[in-house]
Amino acid sequence: MTWYVSNPATLRKVTLGPASDDSGRFEAPAHTTSALALRGLVYVAAFVVMMAFLLIMGYVLANGLPALTPDLFAWEYTSANVSLMPALVNTLLMAFLSLLLAVPIGVGAAIYLVEYAKRGSRFVALVRMTAETLQGIPSIIYGLFGLLFFVSMLHWGLSLLSGACTLAIMVLPIVMRTSEEALLAVPDSYRQGSFGLGAGRLRTVLRCVLPSALPGITGGVILSLGRCVGEVAALIFTAGSIAAIPDFAGQGIFALFDSARTLAVHMYVLASEGFHIQEAYATALVLLVLVALLNAGASALTKRLRKDN
Amino acid sequence: MSFGGTLREGVAHVVLAATAAVSIAAVALICVFLFANGIPGIAQIGLPDFLFGMTWRPGNDIYGIFPMIVGSVYVTAGAIVVGVPAGILCAIFLSRFASGRIASLMTPCIELLAGISSVVFGFFGLVVIVPLIRAMHPGSGLSLLAAALILGFMILPTIITVARNSLDAVPASYYEGSLALGATHERSVFRVLVPAAASGIIAGIVLGVCRAIGETMAVVMVAGNQVLIPSSIFDGVRTMTANIVLEMGYAAGLHREALIATGVVLFVFVLVLTLVVNTIKKRGEAR
Repeated sequence: MTWYVSNPATLRKVTLGPASDDSGRFEAPAHTTSALALRGLVYVAAFVVMMAFLLIMGYVLANGLPALTPDLFAWEYTSANVSLMPALVNTLLMAFLSLLLAVPIGVGAAIYLVEYAKRGSRFVALVRMTAETLQGIPSIIYGLFGLLFFVSMLHWGLSLLSGACTLAIMVLPIVMRTSEEALLAVPDSYRQGSFGLGAGRLRTVLRCVLPSALPGITGGVILSLGRCVGEVAALIFTAGSIAAIPDFAGQGIFALFDSARTLAVHMYVLASEGFHIQEAYATALVLLVLVALLNAGASALTKRLRKDN
Repeated sequence: MSFGGTLREGVAHVVLAATAAVSIAAVALICVFLFANGIPGIAQIGLPDFLFGMTWRPGNDIYGIFPMIVGSVYVTAGAIVVGVPAGILCAIFLSRFASGRIASLMTPCIELLAGISSVVFGFFGLVVIVPLIRAMHPGSGLSLLAAALILGFMILPTIITVARNSLDAVPASYYEGSLALGATHERSVFRVLVPAAASGIIAGIVLGVCRAIGETMAVVMVAGNQVLIPSSIFDGVRTMTANIVLEMGYAAGLHREALIATGVVLFVFVLVLTLVVNTIKKRGEAR
């Protein structure tokens, strides 16, 4: 059936018929040149973005895989064998320490905002505004702050601890925002049920709300982990670039004050020195794989969250 | 409720409020430390000489960061030219053109792109894009163009995610109404949905700008870092972020203060941008 629909701009032909895709929704067919051009533009853009993505992935894979030798995973870093193992361990240590600081604070803040605070209080508005500000601050500014505060003012030096504290502040808004979203997604009936059974607010939060928000919160934690793994600018002036694992066995807790080069910093040093390009490719590949694993974990959790609700 | 219960509730309330106050304390500390360490340097150099000085020569105690402010603005503008059209069109594709399967295939790729470390992007730029530019145009290839290409690529995930979310949030009735009036799918998307999602799309762009102007490692690796206002896109350029990261390692005295002051100027840029994002978001919510 063909109808002629008048339109202020043009008189155009619109064919009504069964929808072209099987989703069952009506779709007007595209048959004006401008519509075709727009459609083409959208497809080209999506294609270009995907090609660029595949190019960078393919390039890192193709060059990184052959460069990935067992020597790179030796425990000791030497100038002859620029092993990435110490940096890999340091990355895990650094990420663990910063999350140890950021997660309790971020989740606590989210619980306060969602479960305790009065709506529209000035304190809440200020917390939200500062969290948004923190999220926009570039990592080099965090690095400068860490240098001025933790390294110089507190005399912690270029150390694992200075770096971890700097990263903790950097990922705090991510943990806060994702935890807040996860808590908001918990149905109110859970809280009402718990209150109805005589539980107080704290008990309700700890026993009812928090467990059901856990997958969402974990997703946020994984996101922050990814940010810690890839960070350079915030660490280069706070954690330094000594390519050795802090000696926890020998120095105990004081090893926290040792400088520690993470994987991303390692990669930056290798690439900017320019002597070890093969090793840099391999490090890039390891970084990519880490991020991909973290993302896969996060999206598996979100899927589970959706299924549960 | 027992006395112990109320006490515990009270303690929990105070502790949780304290954790919420941490972000306020963090912003306050960052502001205090940056400004306290940067302002004396600016005062000694003189604000006009610092902001508009064309020469950066730490050896002679001459600190003018104008070329770097221009550098940051140029690089960011370049990133917008490269990243914004592709980003918005890709968001439109994912939201309104892609089949469910293609969208669910592309989304993890975009997320992975968002998670890739900036050194990996910088390294890719250094070993792929810089040699390409060198082949096209005489010179080292380390240039404004290389930085803009890499940064444009890096801000894609931010723009795509934010723009797509706001496109997805437009009520279905808008689209259906437009179709019922005889518009094609394309016309409905571009003339009805995109304007309806405009505040979100613009917020995504400004967030991308925020990321571009603050990006450090990728830019340092590909931009050449000469302290000169570039006269073409093939010239090298130094951004404010690059200035800090290149010289902070060995700077002392007034030089160090001038670098912290560079950070202060960058910080003010970012604060203004954050303010803009929040205003746009509020306006979008109000509508």
